[in-house]
Amino acid sequence: MKLTDEEVKRIALLARLGISEDEVAKFRGQLSDILENFEILQEVDTSEVQPTSQVTGLRNVVKDDDVIPSLTQGEIMANAPQEEDGFFRIRAVL
Amino acid sequence: MKYDTVIGLEVHSQLLTKSKMYCRCSTDYVNDPPNTHVCPVCLGMPGVLPTINQQAVEYTIMTGLALNCTIPTFTKFDRKNYPYPDLMKGYQISQYDLPFCIDGWVEIEINGNKKKCEITRVHLEEDVAKLVHRTDSSGETYSLMDVNRAGMPLMEIVGEPDLSSPEEARLYMMKLHGILRYLGVSTGNMEEGSFRCDANISQRSAEDGTTFPKVEVKNMNSFKAVYSALKYEEERQREVIESGGQLVQETRGWLDDEGITVSQRSKEYAHDYRYFPEPDLPPLTISSERAEAIRASIPELADAKKDRFMVKYSLTEYDAELLVNSREFADYYESCVELAFGEQIAEGRAKVVANWMLGEHLRLLNDAGIEITESKITPQQFVEMLDMIDQGTLSTTLAKQVFEEVFTTGKKPATIVEEKGLKQISGTDEIEPIVDQVLQENPKVVAEFKGGKEKALQFLVGQVMKKTRGQAKPDLVNKLFKEKLQ
Repeated sequence: MKLTDEEVKRIALLARLGISEDEVAKFRGQLSDILENFEILQEVDTSEVQPTSQVTGLRNVVKDDDVIPSLTQGEIMANAPQEEDGFFRIRAVL
Repeated sequence: MKYDTVIGLEVHSQLLTKSKMYCRCSTDYVNDPPNTHVCPVCLGMPGVLPTINQQAVEYTIMTGLALNCTIPTFTKFDRKNYPYPDLMKGYQISQYDLPFCIDGWVEIEINGNKKKCEITRVHLEEDVAKLVHRTDSSGETYSLMDVNRAGMPLMEIVGEPDLSSPEEARLYMMKLHGILRYLGVSTGNMEEGSFRCDANISQRSAEDGTTFPKVEVKNMNSFKAVYSALKYEEERQREVIESGGQLVQETRGWLDDEGITVSQRSKEYAHDYRYFPEPDLPPLTISSERAEAIRASIPELADAKKDRFMVKYSLTEYDAELLVNSREFADYYESCVELAFGEQIAEGRAKVVANWMLGEHLRLLNDAGIEITESKITPQQFVEMLDMIDQGTLSTTLAKQVFEEVFTTGKKPATIVEEKGLKQISGTDEIEPIVDQVLQENPKVVAEFKGGKEKALQFLVGQVMKKTRGQAKPDLVNKLFKEKLQ
């Protein structure tokens, strides 16, 4: 399956990636190749196979509603590139 | 052209669990410093394993049943993917095609008519982190993030686009709010955002049925805001159409201070959520026995309580409606009635309790800005006071003073009456000398009364009340005057 430039741009937008026109062409080729590789799987006959999203066979795994201590603010912030007043500081989003 | 407005609401409510949806961090974060209720799971660290909160599931099913939904026997969670900084994992664990509850309805009353509003589904997901926007001294804007809210259990109630006016939307929202509060599954706090809604609103031509693009309105933090935002949007959309403009499908935010909606996101930013089944959470089966057990645990809801109050206590619909406004208020009322009358409810007596609840007590609560649960007046004290009125030891006027005093201090009514010397004077021996004194002091008024001016009597009674600081029993004073002036 060949992707169009528009589809590549839309994927970039959804991933919040800014890409140049050259990159659109480059990624269109690469992403199309990946999709084509996966298309090989279409050759397998799955008419007898139920749609499967879980393979463990587990059901009804739940937790009781009780509280255990959280990490400390210091631990939470240990790997933060920027911190301010106990918050993660990040670039402006509106 | 004439238009019909079409509105559908998506209502979100945090659930009153002790721990978060997929981890065991405490949900009690509202007054705590940022990032103090966070663990690797709700922080979205790689390699962690979420687990479903059993209590959140119970609450969601309970809500669905209260909203007349069907509870499917098989349900699962899904990943909803979108990149935004407040979403720690880059996806939200939500439910896509197999929610906990489907096909329900709720009834609202508009202009005296009942209207059934369809509920599409009720599902469970998680809340996101909170962003605070700041500007530094150089004028550069940036954002701060608090992860405490991330992973809070969030229940979404999706309604069909059945609502045809901003007022219906407001009533629908209030109805859901009441039900959730009665069930005890939500704080219902709109200011803190634990109970909130997004609204889809569009116009349809009443003549040829043409439909126009719908707008999603966000950021409405009160019932009034829901009404005002939709009213504004209804008018804006009609004006755009009438003036030959083009409406676009978009998301608009309500600015409460300015009373307008503004465009938030252009159409090309429309999300593509790429839902897929959540691999970390095995699916759930809900047996009909379990659903029935949850149904059995649902408390009496406001509508049923209202009907019962009207019959059992001979109340008007208006009074009953006000009394059942909150479960706590209704419970308080019933405790008072039961304390006052036991099983035997004398004619009209429950009404007296209702009058004091909806009159003085509600006024004091509103003035103080507190809930019935925070009132210092206990049902025992409440009833004690009514007894004193009945026995004639306290006049209605003075009872209001005592009521307020109990409300402020929490002291026993009897103590206050004692301290303030407010006991009603109902003995002829005590009142007669005062009546005589007033007659002596006001010969002119007495003459007027004898000359046929009935109103003069009121003045004389008033004088006695003044001298006794309102403690004389008015009908006794009246009687004495009439006897003496004959």
